[in-house]
Amino acid sequence: MTKILAIVIAAILTNNFVLSKFLGICSFLGVSQKLNTSVGMSAAVTFVMVLSTAVTWPIQIFLLDPNGLGYMQTIIFILVIAILVQLVEMVLKKYIPPLYKAMGIYLPLITTNCAIMGVTILNIDQGYTFAEAMVNSFGCGIGYLVAMVLFTGVRSRVEAGDVPKSLRGLPILLIAASITALCLLGFAGLADGLFGGK
Amino acid sequence: MWKTLTNGILKENPVFRLILGTCPTLALTTMASNALGMGLAATFVLVGSNLVISLLRKIIPDKIRIPAYITVIAGFVTVVQMLVKAYTPELDAQMGIYLPLITVNCIILARAEMFANKNTVLASVLDGIGMGIGFTAALLVMGSIRELIGNGTIFGMAVTQGHIEPMLIMILPPGGFFVYGILIALVNKITGKPVTNAGCEACGAREFCGKAEKDACADAIPAKEPEGVKVK
Repeated sequence: MTKILAIVIAAILTNNFVLSKFLGICSFLGVSQKLNTSVGMSAAVTFVMVLSTAVTWPIQIFLLDPNGLGYMQTIIFILVIAILVQLVEMVLKKYIPPLYKAMGIYLPLITTNCAIMGVTILNIDQGYTFAEAMVNSFGCGIGYLVAMVLFTGVRSRVEAGDVPKSLRGLPILLIAASITALCLLGFAGLADGLFGGK
Repeated sequence: MWKTLTNGILKENPVFRLILGTCPTLALTTMASNALGMGLAATFVLVGSNLVISLLRKIIPDKIRIPAYITVIAGFVTVVQMLVKAYTPELDAQMGIYLPLITVNCIILARAEMFANKNTVLASVLDGIGMGIGFTAALLVMGSIRELIGNGTIFGMAVTQGHIEPMLIMILPPGGFFVYGILIALVNKITGKPVTNAGCEACGAREFCGKAEKDACADAIPAKEPEGVKVK
């Protein structure tokens, strides 16, 4: 139980996917203009993260590893994620239209989002059990949400400010992201401190 | 011919002008050697996938071209992974998950979609080399700056180490965002043409992610107001 809690805290605060692992930066900068798009995108990312872990973890452990095909990981994972996203989109559109309306538009953006593939590979690399992998994926999704929501707030302030000409647009956003990342750095060591190391 | 090659190095530098492949740019520039390793690995994949995709451009059906490109790219990434693991295990440990993540690096997919599937084999290979050099150079510049300020060394050799107290923050995540932002601002200043597009506008995937462009991106970019899409 402690390990599960440590994984969640690490995923959300100390090893935040966006602000300390730099995964999913494109969508972080692109879709964080408004709060509702940030939340919609984060919900879609979390959903696909958990779902793709639920599929890729068994594939790696029960199919690839026993057959000595571990090196096929990259190809198999990206194809599985691509197919899964397509499938989810179709299913949501047909059976759960309200949910599709809420996050369907973000789904095509997700296939090539490195956060999704990153979390599936990380779960294998860290040697997590199935339950831990699922918790980690969910935690990473929530971490993504936290980063997005924080940054949306920071961004709305930055854009109202009087910024030097060369820094306008992307540069000032990156500097704002740097300061946001600095805040999360304050949590460094929190998981270890709370749960006494690994 | 020459223009195709140099295009990626300066005018359309993938990192500073096109803002592609931001994730490895930020994550692997803590040291110049990591940056160089990442740049070379991505260049190899870029040249290989451009070559194969331009060879197959008339065979791959239009409807399934994206999955086909991704498969080709993932194949080359697997080759690089095996090579790096076999010959430079230290670099493999440093690059960690960012090595397999070259697969979803937007530079490679964007060049496949925007260049390799419309041009001859030779031009595509040259484009791959040019873009690869541009990517590697940008990463190397950023990696050197961060390593110099954050650790006082370049490629592990002491430069200011022992004379000036290193600013550790530069090799921590916030330093990555900061140096990247400052470098883009500098390039803006020098060229006089600011990079205005971020996110979807700049994303190489937007060409084929038409649906997202219409809805999500329109919603993200206030200039184009979305119609009929309500996000709750």
